[in-house]
Amino acid sequence: MGPTEIKIGGLGGQGVILGGIIIGKAAALFDSKHSCLTQAFGPEARGSACSAQVVVDSEPILYPYVQKPHLMVAMSQDAFAKFSPELRPDGTLLIEEELVKPTGLPSTVKVFAVPATRIAEELGRKMVMNIVMVGFFTAVTGIVSEEAAREAVKDSVPPATVELNMKAFQRGFDHGKKLVAKA
Amino acid sequence: MSNANSSGTLTGSHYLDGDHACSEGAIAAGCRFAAGYPITPSTEVVERLAQRFPFVGGRFLQFEDELAASIALLGGAWGGAKACTVTSGPGFSLMMEHIGLAAITETPCVFFNVQRAGPSTGLPTQPAQGDMMQARFGSHGDYRLIALCPNSPQECFDLTVDAFNMAEEFRVPVLVMLDEVVGHMTEKVVIPEDAEIKVTERRWTKKPPGEFKLFAPAEGSLVPEMVKPGDGYRIHVTGLTHDERGYPKMTVPEHEKMQMRLWNKIVLNADKIVKYEAKDLDDAEVVVVSYGITSRIAERAIQQARAQGVKVGSFRLITAWPFPEKEILQLSKKVKAFVVPELNLGQMVLEVQRIVEGRTKVVPVPHVGGTVHDPQVITNAIVGAVR
Repeated sequence: MGPTEIKIGGLGGQGVILGGIIIGKAAALFDSKHSCLTQAFGPEARGSACSAQVVVDSEPILYPYVQKPHLMVAMSQDAFAKFSPELRPDGTLLIEEELVKPTGLPSTVKVFAVPATRIAEELGRKMVMNIVMVGFFTAVTGIVSEEAAREAVKDSVPPATVELNMKAFQRGFDHGKKLVAKA
Repeated sequence: MSNANSSGTLTGSHYLDGDHACSEGAIAAGCRFAAGYPITPSTEVVERLAQRFPFVGGRFLQFEDELAASIALLGGAWGGAKACTVTSGPGFSLMMEHIGLAAITETPCVFFNVQRAGPSTGLPTQPAQGDMMQARFGSHGDYRLIALCPNSPQECFDLTVDAFNMAEEFRVPVLVMLDEVVGHMTEKVVIPEDAEIKVTERRWTKKPPGEFKLFAPAEGSLVPEMVKPGDGYRIHVTGLTHDERGYPKMTVPEHEKMQMRLWNKIVLNADKIVKYEAKDLDDAEVVVVSYGITSRIAERAIQQARAQGVKVGSFRLITAWPFPEKEILQLSKKVKAFVVPELNLGQMVLEVQRIVEGRTKVVPVPHVGGTVHDPQVITNAIVGAVR
């Protein structure tokens, strides 16, 4: 099947990179696949568009960079504007539905939306919106297994926040499953 | 990090970037002192060491510049610790003085250079492999050292352990020459149990202070033993040409004696030191010689060229220095061409050309750095080499 390229974009401070690490870790450590994560390192500071890029494959990964993502997550309008032109025409776009208004996409792109920030706020910590998004991503794309994603979340967040983060994952996951069932 | 065992080794499967894998390799190899003036893209190595060292009895010291950091590294090593420093191009240039001092004083130490595009400040956050000749010839005078080129976070861990081991075995500076891509890419890294990690301890002399000569090679070896500070040995360590006791002796015979031993301890042990990875060489008409991140891009190009029917094999440098001269010489007698892609405008390709001496075609595939090659460019060079 070849490598699957994933790009996760958002604002610095939204947990974009951690989201990418969790997806990559789920694939490489808990799904027995290969994955490689790279980040755009620049002079960007908190609050500007940043991205994590993950390649997932059943074979060892040779070329580390994401060039034409199959799957994209946009958590801010800036990130959508900056990165969405890279998305493959047959790609899948996941968005934070209250922060991103997608425009100008080819009609062949499949779009799935989740109010990740609102859900995180309902759980009491806006910070876990990235984990809501990881749960949503897992349900919609199936590129990592649910079990692997859960293990990766547990392995990546501070021990005292595991319960909260698992709730966040579940909410995002359930939302995704509902949308996929309708699609 | 909670599952580190009592020795500090972080046994288990992890999702680490290359820089962090170097930190873990250093801890597993017994490194307990790091001196640095952190610089992108190498900062994460010491960032993690600074976090981890307090739990394993290590010390990280940040200095005012790379000159101070690299001389502190030598002091730490003579003080009894396994020690390292980390840097990138601009800092590497400043550290050249102390790489030479480490060579003449036979100080076991490890330098990590996470290469970014230069010259000078260049592209601080983007990759290159432009320091390869500097690694070999950067400090003045004749000396030999060891330089390793990992191509994945896993190999960053593995080769860092090897680097510390080689530093102890040969008492030379060992350079771990990452590139920014390998330093910053995150992949699975498996860290074995301590019992499975081979660690070379420092060879402390058993000779009493009156008999011991600081720079006399140990019996059956070209490498002297070391002494522990506080054990009653009075020693003199100098950057001047010195005799076996370590005292300055600036005569031609003494210089030749010292110089040739520094040279020969690497040259005559090259077979023990040289590491490479060879693939599909049996029927190869073209051999791609590559290292670091470029070896992975080259592998994709090789797959594409093979699909077009070209008999192409791969020779990946794991030690850049000493260079695998014997192996390249042998290959040069049977293949039609070497293709040498690298993220510089032609460095290690010069070494291939030197050894091949025109017997066969050598095709450089240069790149200015800042990113990696387009695999297609390497594929075209491979296909073009046999047409």
